[in-house]
Amino acid sequence: MTLLEGRNLSIAFGGVHAVENVSLAVAKGELLGLIGPNGAGKTTLLRLLTGILPPDTGHVFFEGRDITRMPIHRRAQLGFALTHQIVRPFREMTLAENVMMAAAGEVTVRPWKALVAVNARRERERALGLLERLGIADGADKLARNVPLGYLKRMQAARALALNPRLLMLDEPLAGLNAAEATRLADLIVDLNAGGITIVLVEHNLGEVTRIARRLLVLHNGALLGEGEPRAVMARADVRDAYLGADVHA
Amino acid sequence: MDYYVSVATFAALNVILALGLNLISGFCGQVSLGHAAFYGLGAYAAALCSVAGVPFPLAILVGVLVAGIFGIVVGFAALRVREDFLAIVTMGVGFLFLGAVRKQPWLGAEMGIAKIPSPLDKWGYAALAIGAAVALVVLSLHVRRSWMGRAFGAVAQDEDAARTIGIDVAGYKITAFFLGTAAAGLAGGIYAHMTQLIIPDTFNFIQSITILAMVVIGGIGSTIGVVAGAILLTLMPELFRFINDYKLLVYGALLLLVMRFSPGGLAGLLQRLGLRLA
Repeated sequence: MTLLEGRNLSIAFGGVHAVENVSLAVAKGELLGLIGPNGAGKTTLLRLLTGILPPDTGHVFFEGRDITRMPIHRRAQLGFALTHQIVRPFREMTLAENVMMAAAGEVTVRPWKALVAVNARRERERALGLLERLGIADGADKLARNVPLGYLKRMQAARALALNPRLLMLDEPLAGLNAAEATRLADLIVDLNAGGITIVLVEHNLGEVTRIARRLLVLHNGALLGEGEPRAVMARADVRDAYLGADVHA
Repeated sequence: MDYYVSVATFAALNVILALGLNLISGFCGQVSLGHAAFYGLGAYAAALCSVAGVPFPLAILVGVLVAGIFGIVVGFAALRVREDFLAIVTMGVGFLFLGAVRKQPWLGAEMGIAKIPSPLDKWGYAALAIGAAVALVVLSLHVRRSWMGRAFGAVAQDEDAARTIGIDVAGYKITAFFLGTAAAGLAGGIYAHMTQLIIPDTFNFIQSITILAMVVIGGIGSTIGVVAGAILLTLMPELFRFINDYKLLVYGALLLLVMRFSPGGLAGLLQRLGLRLA
């Protein structure tokens, strides 16, 4: 069954077609890798799907419902979570508080409901559990502005998980992590997927993405170049050319 | 004695105004350079009601609601623009209010509204203003501890990140504007009945900047700091008469000093001293 579908998505920035007529479907339970060389339009496509950018043409469906014009916070409340490529922590909050904000969705859904709610113990326990799971529990009470990038990257993943997402879109979650941390987070992504969360992963770390994804989509110059089983896709001549820039020399 | 009662009342009104602005700017991170307009809206709405024979408590309530409803309208503007542009928009709202009031005969134009019925004596207004100020302190401290305060903080620090974790950024901004401007309306209603005479100039740009100076000098975001800032800036011109003539110059200099040496205001300064002492 299809969880997320993009139909004929296009967007242009000042005449440059960043994404052109891309259609894709993400099945429930899938772990999909979205790859492509720099400037291929991966992040732009992700932004169209998540609603950060409105598409010039095309539609986005979540569980068969058209969400093209739905505000981002409503999508998050539906269980559609994302992490940013460039980390966006609340800098003056601790890592635990950052995750608690996401875990408090039921309370903060209406301002007046939030006004009468003070207790944060349940949210804190949940946040600490998630930080533990991502291996950064030791930074729980440090301010986000004082911890290294590797911590923030994983905090963002914890924050997205605190939303109890059914669909998780990760924009380069492994960038900025060392090899051991990247492998550990990649393994966690597989675990989460096995636990029932559908995951779309934009990633430059091809080694990890071909290892964990069950299907790859390759984007090149804003259009879909191919899709399929990771090893088969990576073996294709046109995919290799796109990465090695053969078209530049041709 | 009367003099002290009246200074205390004005200090309390300033505390209400400054804490209202602090809800908008300190808690939710939205700049406003037009807070005096809502003070004025509350004063004019309550005064018109009283002149028309509406009972005092109801007149005050109307002032609160009128200011709060216009605050919601301005809150919608805050959804479209950010930071420096919002500063200009809110400044514009202040001038718009003044410009409109000055030209309306039914609002008394330049002469304002006089002979506003006054049901209380000096002590009564002092008790009302101080009681309202204390209530607002309690509300501010509560908001800060509640999930509303945490969500305001998230909106203030990074609205895009707040959206991605499901926070209704628009709803929170509008709530902050409503609460903050309704508080200004309350101060306006009390002020109008106490003085029995209101003129447009009381609610001008300088008044907006004065309220902002109280918030920034006290320590933006800190309830206790803002209370201290409001009281300090009320007393200063009273203690040193000569300051009155150079009020703007002194406020400007204080603002610069705070920005340069203690961006957290008095609250930040005390906190740093406390940390060093500890």
